[in-house]
Amino acid sequence: MAMGINGTPHANEPRPGQCLRTYLREEGMLGVKKGCDGGDCGACTVHVDGVPVHSCLYPAVRAAGKNVTTVEGLASGGTLHPMQEQFLAAQGFQCGFCTAGMLMTAATFDDAQKENLPRNLKGNLCRCTGYRAIGDAVLGVSTEDADSCGHVGASQGAPAGRAVVTGTARYTLDVDPADYPGLLHMKLLRSPHAHARITSIDTAAALRLPGVRAVFTHQDSPKQLFSTAQHELFTDDPDDTLVLDSVVRHVGQRVAAVVADSVQEAEAGVRALVVSYEVLPAVLDPENALLPGAPAVHGDKDAAASRIGDPAHNIVAELHTELGDVAAGLALADVVHQETYSTQRVQHTALETHAAIGRLDGEGRLDMRSSTQTPFLTRRALCRVFGLPEDAVRVVAGRVGGGFGGKQEMLTEDIVALAVLALRRPVQLEYTRTEQLTASTTRHPFTIRLSAGARRDGTLTALAVDVLVNTGAYGNHAPGVMFHGCGESLAVYQCANKKVDARSVYTNTVPAGAFRGYGLSQMFFAVESAMDELAAGLGMDPMEFRRRNMVRSGDPMLSTSPEPEEDVHYGSYGLDQCVDLVDDALRRGAERYREAGLAELGPDWAVGTGTALSMIDTVPPRGHFAHSVLELLADGTFKSSVGTAEFGNGTTTVHAQLAATALNSRAEFVAVAQSDTSLTEHDTGAFGSTGTVVAGKATLLAAQDLAGELLKVAADGAGADVAACRLVPGAVDCAGTLLPLARVYELAALAGRTLRAEGRWGGTPRSVAFNVHGFRVAVNRGTGELRILQSVQAADAGVVVNPRQCRGQIEGGIAQALGAALYEEVLVGDDGAVTTDILRQYHIPTFADVPRSEVYFAATHDSLGPLGAKSMSESPFNPVAPALANAIRNATGVRFTRLPLARDVIYLGLKAARA
Amino acid sequence: MDMNTIEAVVPTADPSAWRPGDAWLAGGTVLFSYGSTTLRRLLDVTTAGWPAIQVDDGGIELAATCTIAELYALPDRPGLPPAWTALELVRLCCDSFVASFKIWNASTVGGNIATALPAGPMTSLCASLDGVATVLGPGGGSRQVPVAGLVVGDARTSLAPGELLRSIHLPAAALASRVAFRRLSLSNLGRSGVLLIGRLAPDGGLVLTVTAATKRPVQLRFAGSGAAGPGAGLPDAAGLRRALDAAIPAELYHDDIHGLPQWRRDMTYRLAEEIRAELLGAPAHDVSKGA
Repeated sequence: MAMGINGTPHANEPRPGQCLRTYLREEGMLGVKKGCDGGDCGACTVHVDGVPVHSCLYPAVRAAGKNVTTVEGLASGGTLHPMQEQFLAAQGFQCGFCTAGMLMTAATFDDAQKENLPRNLKGNLCRCTGYRAIGDAVLGVSTEDADSCGHVGASQGAPAGRAVVTGTARYTLDVDPADYPGLLHMKLLRSPHAHARITSIDTAAALRLPGVRAVFTHQDSPKQLFSTAQHELFTDDPDDTLVLDSVVRHVGQRVAAVVADSVQEAEAGVRALVVSYEVLPAVLDPENALLPGAPAVHGDKDAAASRIGDPAHNIVAELHTELGDVAAGLALADVVHQETYSTQRVQHTALETHAAIGRLDGEGRLDMRSSTQTPFLTRRALCRVFGLPEDAVRVVAGRVGGGFGGKQEMLTEDIVALAVLALRRPVQLEYTRTEQLTASTTRHPFTIRLSAGARRDGTLTALAVDVLVNTGAYGNHAPGVMFHGCGESLAVYQCANKKVDARSVYTNTVPAGAFRGYGLSQMFFAVESAMDELAAGLGMDPMEFRRRNMVRSGDPMLSTSPEPEEDVHYGSYGLDQCVDLVDDALRRGAERYREAGLAELGPDWAVGTGTALSMIDTVPPRGHFAHSVLELLADGTFKSSVGTAEFGNGTTTVHAQLAATALNSRAEFVAVAQSDTSLTEHDTGAFGSTGTVVAGKATLLAAQDLAGELLKVAADGAGADVAACRLVPGAVDCAGTLLPLARVYELAALAGRTLRAEGRWGGTPRSVAFNVHGFRVAVNRGTGELRILQSVQAADAGVVVNPRQCRGQIEGGIAQALGAALYEEVLVGDDGAVTTDILRQYHIPTFADVPRSEVYFAATHDSLGPLGAKSMSESPFNPVAPALANAIRNATGVRFTRLPLARDVIYLGLKAARA
Repeated sequence: MDMNTIEAVVPTADPSAWRPGDAWLAGGTVLFSYGSTTLRRLLDVTTAGWPAIQVDDGGIELAATCTIAELYALPDRPGLPPAWTALELVRLCCDSFVASFKIWNASTVGGNIATALPAGPMTSLCASLDGVATVLGPGGGSRQVPVAGLVVGDARTSLAPGELLRSIHLPAAALASRVAFRRLSLSNLGRSGVLLIGRLAPDGGLVLTVTAATKRPVQLRFAGSGAAGPGAGLPDAAGLRRALDAAIPAELYHDDIHGLPQWRRDMTYRLAEEIRAELLGAPAHDVSKGA
């Protein structure tokens, strides 16, 4: 016996250099997760003889003769461990990829350890929740609703909750090996150069190695250019990418793929490849990329065919507009603010890395399982690249371990498809954390030269931005992020004179892509910092200044076009409420500090408050489609088939709640199947915050339709008037006689029909949602330490379908935004390589870093969203960084214009201001 | 992560068994964290059965394989001399790990020192307590080297290939010091950007050990007030600043994602002065005006 696992002896001997994590997964313990594989995230935590360890660091041979407990062994029989019950009762998870590690860590805590969760949970990273719900779970705080049907407005738990806490939820690579016989593994050789032409690749030595089955190079690549970005219209993004290219344009770009019987053999094959490069001049900086004579990153492309603005000058897209007369507006102003703001590269750091596993099914169709937010668009992209009809490809997403926009790209599926189609065997590719950090996508860095002016009475007279967007080596999302960034960030203010000059440019660096907020977090950092400066210049309260200038319901929302977007409406308006909610909460907070005698922290500390607002269209432009099918099953429950992937966004819960509400049933009677191109016709995908307002709306329409059908069949069966029948949970009440839904199913079956309804929604017209954030901070002038004394966010989400879940989205957005505001930065060295290549070099917020936030909802009812709901997933991120910078400004008098604001930067900034 | 080039794990702590392509394996938390594509064998020193911690009148002997969890438990051990007030550093330094308590169950004192990161808290602890390392070499030889001199740069030690860190001796005289501890990080409970330990020894001398801020440990020693000669004696604020100026050239301040060198420098002066004030009972001089 090698070791015991969950009480069962396991005889297979581990390999000498194998870590316990991969051994356990090979032995079928798929609840053991890989977040980082370097000991930083804790997702792989297991017990060895009762002691919690990170199994990715634990030599598997060292576990010989010991007893290992994984999350699968935490429950005894059908009885959950108390910590599992607590994680359910507090819904201490979103995507759930970190949950097994959280449970295995917290299950070992004694009371003393529970009293210091920042210390004792700092080795467990969660990217979704912001940790409040996890803290509640560990401490046994329940946030369960008392008995409810789970209708709209109830805090229904996620349907997958029990699977998540028992480690049985199936993420991308948690598959049964029997379904992938003869599975091969792929590893990628990546470019060491920022810009080079591949002159030769010698694969002979690699192909001679044991286990190596194939090597793919640019000579094997389909010739169809495409974009890794996924949008409803593929023409939204430039066609500038090949599956494998003969030119590499950033350090880390794919050069070749080795496919072998095992990961270790594929790695050996990659090391055996001999590649010669002709190194080309590279440009790493977007300003330099615009200079005459700069190396053209995609100079070989045809502008029209690839839809690149000006490939010779590295411009992917540009925008130059002026409403009114900015120069005149500035001349009218009593206070003018001109400043350059810049935002850095940040990485999504979803706990589950990119991964795909593909095979040919029994009919020879390509069957791709991947970690994606867009299964239907990825199918379409695969068909386009490989010249296949849509019915020859199926794409399915299992439970996805976090997205944040990073999985609105096709980064693994294309190369896996190439290998599957060539070898006609199952092939898997799993990114390492380092590949994720160095060679996937990041947020777009923005440099924003801003000019704004205001009159003494508080009227905003001019707002002009000159925006330079660094899209990196490929133009995925380059146009969209630039246009969207310059949209709502300017439209939220009434101002007669607005000007935008924006360019999105190529550089020889890691590509930027879709990231939560899609350009708005960058632009709101500049705009909301500027509003704060104008208010300070006028001696006016910043919230008062905003009240005077922000759009009010009915005002035209204008940014770059003299006419408002024709399909964007005030389906509801709660910005005014959000501003008041935050203002009031900050006032109460200050009062609490005073009453508690905590207002004075000592001579080194400066205290201040700061606020910022944000607006977002509830749906992306130019169409966002969803198709939903709802049917009554023989047992009287419902099956809902939807396109949207579940990655912690909670839309599965929302679908069940919307359907249950329309059917007057219970949410747990609606089982949701999802994110599989063989289930429904089409779904644009879970991005742009559309899970509730587009896909949810389709489900609601299907449910409303089905409800009518149920009543008709029941009324017929009972011989009652339809008007006298009404749906109740599990039955139809026909004028006082209860007809169980299972009976309704039978009646329909006898008539030769199934009770099934479909809903479709096209994502238009659209509404607007709002978020306002406020901070009270203390800054230590002597060390740069920043303490967040109070964090408040108010959100206008319309009718909140699931308050607990929506609060979780907001808390998670705040935490992720704090990481981007305070620490996170993907750094690129002089050679173009990303240097922040492991999580110890790329610090994302831990339990110890995230303050508890007060979350408030505006009371609005949206006329466009399903049952009054609006989107609320990306947008909580957007106002956080400027609110923080404004609070620091208020405390210290110093304006910080670059992110992130780490303690060293704050200290040195204050020191420079004193000098 | 898997180390797929490893062909064997060999249970040995004999440097004579070492050959190129080998790495000493203790807790494994560094090796398995960074991975390797060149190593061929892991020599497992935990099989040697070295007692983790030995205490006698002369001080404390920490085996290189002593885990952080075992070290953390040390201050609770009955019978430790009450005069060893410097033991309060043990938990302060353990808690300076960015790694959580779970990692402590595997990672070792020797492994942290041999990794030689500027922020290695076991380097901070052992250097500040004048710890002396015993290093085993091939052929049965051994040598003694102060921990403060064993770490010579960012991820660089004075260990020759194949040499093995066997243990660290913390002398009783150092343990009987009064100590002051200061640490700053860019994030709460994050990796140390600056870590200073002051130690007022029984002989009245002051030892200030700077780690994390600098690429390698830097020690400033000031003899007790009875000492004679130029530069001798305990420093005032200005004297301390001059001593830091002399000991740490600008390029010795570490520069990485965990703190800008100018910040590390200014914080070193600030924390050093706080420590001086605490240990010498002098009123703290406001360094923000002087530095």
